[in-house]
Amino acid sequence: MPNNRHIIKDGQIAVNEWLLVTDSSQPIPEAKVIVSLDIWQAHKEQLAKKPVGLWIKNDQSLETIHKDLSQFDVIAIDFPGFMDGRGFSIGRLLRDRYHYQGEIRATGSIIRDQLCYLKRCGFNAFDLGGNSNLESAIASLNDFSDGYQISVDQKTPLFRRRA
Amino acid sequence: MYQYDQYDHQIIGERITQFRNQTERYLAGELKDEEFLPLRLQNGLYIQRLAPMLRINVPYGMINSTQLRRLARITRDYDKGYAHVSTRQNFQLNWPNLAEVPNILAELAEVEMHATQSSGNCIRNTTSDQFAGIAVDEEVDPRPYCEIIRQWSSFHPEFAFLPRKFKIAVTGSDNDRAATLVHDIGLRVLKNADGEIGFRVFVGGGLGRTPVIGTLIRDFLPEKDLLTYLDAILRIYNLFGRRDNKYKARIKILVKAMGIEAFANKVEAEWEHLKNDESQLTQQEIERCQSFFTTPAYETIDDQQAQSLVDQQASDNLAFQKWLTRNLFQHKTPGYSAVILSLKSTGIAPGDITERQLDIIADLADKYSFGEARTTHDQNIVLADVRKSELFSLWQEARAAGFATPNIGTLTDLICCPGGDFCSLANAKSIPVAEAIQRRFDDIDYVYDLGDIDLNISGCMNACGHHHVGHIGILGVDKKGEEFYQIQLGGNANKNAALGKVLGPAFSREQMPHVISTILNVFVEKRQGDEMFIDTYNRIGIFPFKERVYAK
Repeated sequence: MPNNRHIIKDGQIAVNEWLLVTDSSQPIPEAKVIVSLDIWQAHKEQLAKKPVGLWIKNDQSLETIHKDLSQFDVIAIDFPGFMDGRGFSIGRLLRDRYHYQGEIRATGSIIRDQLCYLKRCGFNAFDLGGNSNLESAIASLNDFSDGYQISVDQKTPLFRRRA
Repeated sequence: MYQYDQYDHQIIGERITQFRNQTERYLAGELKDEEFLPLRLQNGLYIQRLAPMLRINVPYGMINSTQLRRLARITRDYDKGYAHVSTRQNFQLNWPNLAEVPNILAELAEVEMHATQSSGNCIRNTTSDQFAGIAVDEEVDPRPYCEIIRQWSSFHPEFAFLPRKFKIAVTGSDNDRAATLVHDIGLRVLKNADGEIGFRVFVGGGLGRTPVIGTLIRDFLPEKDLLTYLDAILRIYNLFGRRDNKYKARIKILVKAMGIEAFANKVEAEWEHLKNDESQLTQQEIERCQSFFTTPAYETIDDQQAQSLVDQQASDNLAFQKWLTRNLFQHKTPGYSAVILSLKSTGIAPGDITERQLDIIADLADKYSFGEARTTHDQNIVLADVRKSELFSLWQEARAAGFATPNIGTLTDLICCPGGDFCSLANAKSIPVAEAIQRRFDDIDYVYDLGDIDLNISGCMNACGHHHVGHIGILGVDKKGEEFYQIQLGGNANKNAALGKVLGPAFSREQMPHVISTILNVFVEKRQGDEMFIDTYNRIGIFPFKERVYAK
């Protein structure tokens, strides 16, 4: 993430203000940081004094951390490969179950063709890596204008809205 | 049949626009092979041994004459003039051009068809009983619920990148003709003692390299809870299913690893959060979907009179009589029959159908069966609502068109995957084995005497030919570059679902007709009365077959 200067956030290209820190053996830098779960747990008090983000892997349970969620400005969910869809469920759980209001960012390996589904699962920020054309990728956020199911951005399923 | 409204048209239209853009980006080199792969699969497109293959959904097997004619036209315009009915009630085209697939999808959408999620690691086409709505033994028509599941599963944002593919089948009858127990989720729609509709839910069934019979997870799930409960199962699977090994990624492996009780507890805990959300079905939506599957305008017919006419026609015509014996299915409405058109005539790959035949079936459906037809998981076509008085004339037309082979349910009505002739996953060819068996057993009287036998052939352990649940199952295997065939006996796809046992070492393709013949000889010798093969097998076990087949 530090190398990717830009991300898509709330439907627009935005500067990435956060530095991802996952190596617990290094001192925590001064910049705004998104930290891994172990770093958060080890340095909670220090980190909580200023804006902070949490980076979670898709096999980490939200149940152990859900009490802390409101302290994060951003939660970045790691996609270790774009075919690994666990993050979609984690996004929904963060929004629907734990009512997390901050930024949910998809990081790691995602492709633009997943943006629309990710958005429906509660993600509002997307780090597509350095090589993507973000201008054209933004269009994929709206590949579908409607869906059959309920989702984070549509609480009423189509069958309840059909005339 | 279900009819699209403006929402369905809009959503499927947006999907085609999306896929057209993806295809263009792929062809322009902007999308890598590995990135395009899941996107094309979720639009039905495989890259096969010789060419791409496009799998077109036939939702729960229902298709109308307009759609059949469109399929005929597509096979003429974009393919080599024939299509294939798969073991999941879908149509497959073997020779489309990748760049033209978005146009094919657009042509399909015009007639309310699609290839959405017909492959890939997502929720696939929901399958059902080909005799839904007309079977005497049916408790509740499963089709409205299949349609509800179709819509819920289509473009579900959370479940498009599952650990592995996910198949749901629904039946409304105890004589499970949809093989629901070998699906990731099997649903039996039924009524409880109070007359309320609900589902018996089975989970973790499946074929492939680790065949498993599904386990009961819920005895009665009220119909309103269908989608929230499916969401709960899928979420647990999505979060906890294995991702490190694709051969251990199906939900059956998760259920086995956790144990059904722990798995069920997790699902129930998840469902507690979901069951009262807005996805809970409304009576209005259930009735809306039911309204598409009302009975057609049947005439009031004196069944006895109609039957005596048929009997008389049969007494004058032995060929017609044979066809009546094998290719009809009892209809619950007096004076009507369901007719099974056989796609298993010798010399033609099982399930293959030409564009001309597709047009003819459309004509026959219009003329004899309210304009509708159904595909079956054993790769035939059903005309579900035929007046008995018209059976003779339908038979004559069907015979002229090449699908009146009177072999339904018999040895030669075998299930067979495309195998090594087409499929890049296959270890061995399957079509030539099917043909050799059909040729060897060309004596129809002998085949009739054998009674009902399910013979299923798969060209690899992915088991598209359902070999595990054939009474006789044949599996193609590769040994140092050579094709061999392993035989299994005792499988069953119906309500007494069972997995076959391996008979012993595999055989060469040339040996196969003789080996099958030996197995049948043992059956004929040991059979009591009119016993079915599977019943004889269950009575005497595998040993007598083994002993004879491998006798020195």
